[in-house]
Amino acid sequence: MNKPRLDREVIAMRVANELADGDYVNLGIGMPTLVSQFVPEGRTVIYHSESGVLNYGPLEAEGKADVDLINAGGQFLLPVPGMAFFNAAEAFAMIRGGYIDVSVLGAFQVSERGDLANWMLRDRGTGNIGGAMDLAAGAKRMIVAMEHTDTQGGPKIVRQCSFPLTGRGCVSLIVTDVAVIEVTPSGLLLKEVAPGWTAEDVQEITEPTLRIDAGLREIAL
Amino acid sequence: MPVDKVVQSFAQAVEDVPNGAVIMMDGFGGAGGMPQQLILALRDQGARELTIISNTGGLVGFGVIAGQPSVTHGILIESGQVKRVIASFPVSRSPSQPNPFELAYNRGEVDVEVVPQGTLAERIRAGGAGIAAFYTLTGVGTDAAEAKETRTIDGRDYLMEYALTADYAFIRASKADHRGNLVYRGTSRNFNQLMAAAARLTIAEVDEIVEPGRLDPEAVITPGVYVNRLVKR
Repeated sequence: MNKPRLDREVIAMRVANELADGDYVNLGIGMPTLVSQFVPEGRTVIYHSESGVLNYGPLEAEGKADVDLINAGGQFLLPVPGMAFFNAAEAFAMIRGGYIDVSVLGAFQVSERGDLANWMLRDRGTGNIGGAMDLAAGAKRMIVAMEHTDTQGGPKIVRQCSFPLTGRGCVSLIVTDVAVIEVTPSGLLLKEVAPGWTAEDVQEITEPTLRIDAGLREIAL
Repeated sequence: MPVDKVVQSFAQAVEDVPNGAVIMMDGFGGAGGMPQQLILALRDQGARELTIISNTGGLVGFGVIAGQPSVTHGILIESGQVKRVIASFPVSRSPSQPNPFELAYNRGEVDVEVVPQGTLAERIRAGGAGIAAFYTLTGVGTDAAEAKETRTIDGRDYLMEYALTADYAFIRASKADHRGNLVYRGTSRNFNQLMAAAARLTIAEVDEIVEPGRLDPEAVITPGVYVNRLVKR
């Protein structure tokens, strides 16, 4: 499929649309971090990081880096009014305790039942679980933001994950560079496609069979 | 334990660490929460066959201000002093830029147990609190459940996880009083507060040591009972 795909910023923008005013949100490392730049005006989202901070501000402007104020990706944050610090056990008590409304993570693979694999590439021998398994187990809603296919062009949305799992049945919504797909009890529901893409185009690079939403439309930003 | 916990040098603070010791360290992994001077002193002291319990395996450049020198427990791996790491984030994000841990792991020199971060935190918390084990929903249905007891409670599956304790904890705090009460700064509190309680001997590296009474008791995060030695940077 050689049609133009959405870039990372646009994927992040689409994910940001899912966040509601007042949501407590945890953004994973990489593309999910971009989401905070695109939250629609008028909505206040409160960010949580495993590094032990709630309600942090934007990434630091040049020259204001503080080694005692980082997110889970090790990026420097700016302080904002209303910020709170806590230890790692409490950071994860919030996650497992069900206080995080939305978790946004990247993925190697997502299965048609919403299983997530995002911590270990098999041939690496080891990997980083970080906070992903706790978020998979405890976040109220998990959105995966990722490219639709891997670097070899193979599908990342699969019938069954071949990489080690992060969690089972934990993904609610998949936002890729070509589609928005909801995970439902009866399988994957294609809701939106990138400009110029058809449902058939998306199906061609997706392993499990997609159901097509009656209101299928172009990705709305 | 002496009432005044101040020790005069980092070398003196780590001099009794034996070969084979289990040591907790590293805050979250960034430069802020890292007990950098204690790590340097331990490298010079030379204890070997160490087990390091930490959030990371020692990441390069993570949470480090460009151009500023930064030390992690990666230097202990490079010097061949570590045989085992228990961590949630042992390797770099990109396989093409391996950290010292991953290089040593690939050479077969160091072993690893990868633990979900929240489970790692809670195991350390439990270790400091006299809780032998607990049930968590994290990791159910994944490789993390391998060989672990599972139990269904109120219709939900949980894994049993054992507490973690250590011989030593190397802690990075911002301020202390002579009695060992500690105050942290920002996200550098992270694992430090938990590790301070979970080791038989806790050594804190701090920027400032004040007389008792000069720390606001309402602001103390780690009460002095957990701390054995204090060293000022």
